[in-house]
Amino acid sequence: MIPAKFNYQRAGSTDEALAALAANGDEAKLIAGGHSLIPLLKLRLASPELLIDIGEIGALSYINDGGDHLAIGPATTHLAVAESDLVKAQVPLLAAATAQVGDPQVRNRGTIGGALAHGDPAADHPAVLLALRGTFVVQGPVGEREIAADDFFTGFLETALAPDEMLTEIRVPKVPDARWSFQKFNRRAQDWAIVGVAALINNGQPGIGLVNMGSRPLRAAASEAAAAGGASATDAAAVAADGTTPPKDLNADADYRRHLAQVLVERALTEAGG
Amino acid sequence: MPFVGERIVRKEDPVLMTGRAEFYDDIRPEACMAMAFVRSTYAHAKILSIDTSEAAAMPGVLAVYTIDDFADYGMVPGVPGMDRPMLARDIVRFVGESVAIVVAEDNYLAADAVEAVVVDYEPLEVVNSVADAMADGAPVLHEAIGSNVLLDTPWADDIEAVFSAAPRTASLKLWNNRVHPAPMEPNGVVADWSGQKATLWVSHQAPHHLRNTLATYLGITHSDLRIVMADVGGAFGAKIQWYPENFLAPIISNRLGRPVKYTQTRSECFMLMMSARDQHHEAEIAFDDEGTILGVRSMLYANAGAYPDVPIALGMPTLTNWMTSGCYKIPALATGHKVVATNHAPLSSYRGAGRPEACYLIERLVDLVVSETGLDPVDVRMRNFIPPEDFPYTVPHAEVEYDSGSYAETLNEALRLIDYDNLKAERDRRNNDPSEKLMGIGFSSWVEIASFGPRGALEGFGHIGSYESSQVKVQPDGSVIISTGASPHGQGTVTTLAQIAADELGMHIDQISVKYGDTDSGPQGIGTMGSRIAAIAGSATKEASIQVVDSAKKVAAHLMEANPDDIEVVDGNFSVKGTPARSVSWGEVGWASMSPTQLPDGLSAGSLDQTVFFEPTGFTFPSGTYICVVGIDRTTGEVEVEKFLAVDDCGTVLNPLLAEGQVEGGIIQGIAQALYEEMRYDDNAQPLTASFMDYLAPAASDVPRIDSGRTNTPTPHNTLGAKGIGESGAIGSPPAVVNACVDALRQFGINHIDMPVTPQKVWRVLNNSVGG
Amino acid sequence: MQTEINVTINGQASTDVVEPRLLLVHYLREVKRLTGTHVGCDTSNCGACTVHLDGRAIKSCTMLAVQADGHEVETIESIGTEHDLHAVQEGFRQCHGLQCGYCTPGMIMASVALLKDNPNPTEEQIRMDLEGNLCRCTGYQKIVDSVLWAAENPDGLPAGGAT
Repeated sequence: MIPAKFNYQRAGSTDEALAALAANGDEAKLIAGGHSLIPLLKLRLASPELLIDIGEIGALSYINDGGDHLAIGPATTHLAVAESDLVKAQVPLLAAATAQVGDPQVRNRGTIGGALAHGDPAADHPAVLLALRGTFVVQGPVGEREIAADDFFTGFLETALAPDEMLTEIRVPKVPDARWSFQKFNRRAQDWAIVGVAALINNGQPGIGLVNMGSRPLRAAASEAAAAGGASATDAAAVAADGTTPPKDLNADADYRRHLAQVLVERALTEAGG
Repeated sequence: MPFVGERIVRKEDPVLMTGRAEFYDDIRPEACMAMAFVRSTYAHAKILSIDTSEAAAMPGVLAVYTIDDFADYGMVPGVPGMDRPMLARDIVRFVGESVAIVVAEDNYLAADAVEAVVVDYEPLEVVNSVADAMADGAPVLHEAIGSNVLLDTPWADDIEAVFSAAPRTASLKLWNNRVHPAPMEPNGVVADWSGQKATLWVSHQAPHHLRNTLATYLGITHSDLRIVMADVGGAFGAKIQWYPENFLAPIISNRLGRPVKYTQTRSECFMLMMSARDQHHEAEIAFDDEGTILGVRSMLYANAGAYPDVPIALGMPTLTNWMTSGCYKIPALATGHKVVATNHAPLSSYRGAGRPEACYLIERLVDLVVSETGLDPVDVRMRNFIPPEDFPYTVPHAEVEYDSGSYAETLNEALRLIDYDNLKAERDRRNNDPSEKLMGIGFSSWVEIASFGPRGALEGFGHIGSYESSQVKVQPDGSVIISTGASPHGQGTVTTLAQIAADELGMHIDQISVKYGDTDSGPQGIGTMGSRIAAIAGSATKEASIQVVDSAKKVAAHLMEANPDDIEVVDGNFSVKGTPARSVSWGEVGWASMSPTQLPDGLSAGSLDQTVFFEPTGFTFPSGTYICVVGIDRTTGEVEVEKFLAVDDCGTVLNPLLAEGQVEGGIIQGIAQALYEEMRYDDNAQPLTASFMDYLAPAASDVPRIDSGRTNTPTPHNTLGAKGIGESGAIGSPPAVVNACVDALRQFGINHIDMPVTPQKVWRVLNNSVGG
Repeated sequence: MQTEINVTINGQASTDVVEPRLLLVHYLREVKRLTGTHVGCDTSNCGACTVHLDGRAIKSCTMLAVQADGHEVETIESIGTEHDLHAVQEGFRQCHGLQCGYCTPGMIMASVALLKDNPNPTEEQIRMDLEGNLCRCTGYQKIVDSVLWAAENPDGLPAGGAT
């Protein structure tokens, strides 16, 4: 319940945050909404020496029209993303999925950047960004780079972010005319998904992200290939679990998760199939 | 207008709703220290060493204690041989058992110091289940007992003759899953024994019970130990027991000369507050082709955990056995039980306390008869109900006499409210249409034993008596203060007792204030548990009010120079019957009652002050029929409660608004047990569900609305005719849900599915079936 | 490492020196002695700690006091008084939306917030918006009724109203 001691620094800008990260290496962690980090601190599963608060940097909270994409600041709350007219019009899958994260109180504080940088395979946003083929802008001492979602989630709670780097923008392609579906199967409405599916069919190209089907966020690559090749929703869904390593936990064994992945991919492709 | 029977909003609410309540953690005496526990990470291990030196040297740490520091004190009161040390001595027997205590200036420093205590364990073989505990060669957890079977009650008669002769028999292995009361407020205590007298503020259901035992334990008089029952954030039966912190905190306060507080975290609560149910049943039913029940035989195995909570853990299986007959006139029953120790945290009572297990057992057996015969569940029940003319009805296998009931009437009322024929048609249509969700209809016609209890009932559970008390005291302005031994934690007792008194006293409830929970003032009480307060404290209040009015009429008569027998009191005024124009108010009577110059001979000052310790003449037997309709997703196995109808019979209803609240709350807990909740352990008896993330207590988004109805068979055992209703919802609902699930899945070849009925379990049934 | 924070709490400016790890809920309860906000869990599930931050419902157990520097916090103590209940509180009273009262402050703060955004919610919307607030006593039905009552009676009881 009670975190271990740490120091705290409120960063006024991205540069200040990066400088603090550079100075402290992996003894420092960034915090914005804190809804991934503070629960870990309370259970003493994480005990950094310094928290660098980027949640007050107004310049990191935005949803902008970037032409062919939307540019979203990492400290933008889930609430802002879910309620944004721009997101609802241009990337409705993202708005719909964000509206189901946690509960209203969580959505009022938690940020999209925090959720993505945490890299939890059981979280909704990584799967959504995979389906959308989004990219992440990352800044560090050596400058700025843009990383595709497919290259961003590298392991269990591990991303391509180096300890001295910071996620500074999330870019999602505009897909206003794409068909999409978000399927989240859980026991209670506030729960993480037991299995979830984020599906998008844009100009015939399917993107299907899976929630909680492996040790890192995954695509349903076999289903994508089948759907792209003209397979029916049922046939494409039949291979949804190919290449996945679903975990066994209190809510589901691996075989049930594989089954759920098939069911949810079929539902998603049916809804998105038109 | 009468208050009893009306939907009166609660007097308790304004304080609770505006953040001005005083739960124990809100109380902070000057210089209060914080205490925190070092807890075992093993389920069964020898303690080789405990190194407290680093912790003791940390900033703000005032002391670090182990059991050796309490050598002058004994075990937590229990049965010798299986009692529990306040802190583990040499051996730990469940994950979370306290091994050491840190006392510090505040919680944060205490938490840091807890991390710095180093304990060296030598793991021992773990007894992880009732089966493990009874296996040959299992480690014996309490050597003085010599066996892990702590209590063994075999069948008095195995009624084999009944089963051999029966046209049909069927059997079932059931598990009433382990659940946790999980009140929103965990346990905790503030103790101040820095002076001569000791005071504890504690979240508790039985403050006098705690005071009496704790004072003796500490070696002080009852008069020198004051227990103040703080506002209690839910209890459900888990805050009656002896928890070590309540014994340790005053000792520590006394030793260090400052008040001390223990604030339990939620994960500690899941590990340490006593969880419940976890009964395995092997049951058989004998019947004929018409569905007549000829006999029921059951053996029950109850997990008591590492240190049985004596006597509640040992008493509940008895209640389960007593109530195995349910609503049915069963000619022969054989019930037995074994209570077994395991390396789990102790188990104890939780809403229903032994009766949910009985109800689940008999209602699942009745449903088994339905599965076997194809008869309608309504017909099987109607055929076997105890008829109204048989009451009071004594069950054949125990000294248990049901007071009253009209089970067919209750079931018929439920059928009337739900349009059963249409429901059945809908179910058949959906179950034959693969594009539709499966549908099931489940019944639970249940009876339970409440209003604990007649003389001797609670003494069997370690209490001093089975009465409940109420003191009605008129103030000089005619307003009234009631002090009761009841210890409410959400039931609305203040409002209910005020309603009862108001009707007898002929005044408005706004004139009446109800106090409880301070052992220094008011009468000795037994406490709030076992659905007893409306019936017993209510009757005590009624009787005390009647006595007060009797004297008050004498005062009024004296003031009006009239005959007391001619006086009536209505709407705050005393008058001669038939001449309401000439009256004296309660205010005038109240003042006179304290003013000797205005009193008649024979009455002294303060006579409008009566205390009654009411003893009911028997247990009461609330009953009901619940009907649950579930929809099951054929592809995911997810179960949704589409409809839930509850028809309850609790005798006289004192406040329908509050009664509904009790029923709805209990039913949602019962639905949660049936579909969501389970305390789970890994192979090393490590708890896996020690948070609200993993223990699936549902939210508003996850549960249905309950429709309700009522029938009324009053009880003769108290002056209100009230049977009590606090636990009924949690008792009657799980079998209704499971019976509905089985009904939906019968075509897939099953006749049972264990709780909680998770999507995965259902999927396995659907997946394993051939066709369907 | 002590840090000075300036927080406006229930309309009053407040300056305190706190350690960074102090949770906002503990700051409110222990430092400000506003004990109406409760702690019910340690995994951000139960919502008993719900307060308003800059007008939005948040879980104060999942925020550090230092993060509240420069912000406005409203707790249950700012919502009505025993003599002058807020409409939501009156709804909870009229409809028996509380029993033990422990979840109630958080439940009321969440309900006030949900009605601000959606003054005429359906039952389903209320249940979904309260998904982050656990109650063990009521079974939720009368909590839903309470919020519906408040939606229909935004000014509370009519003059000379019910008991």
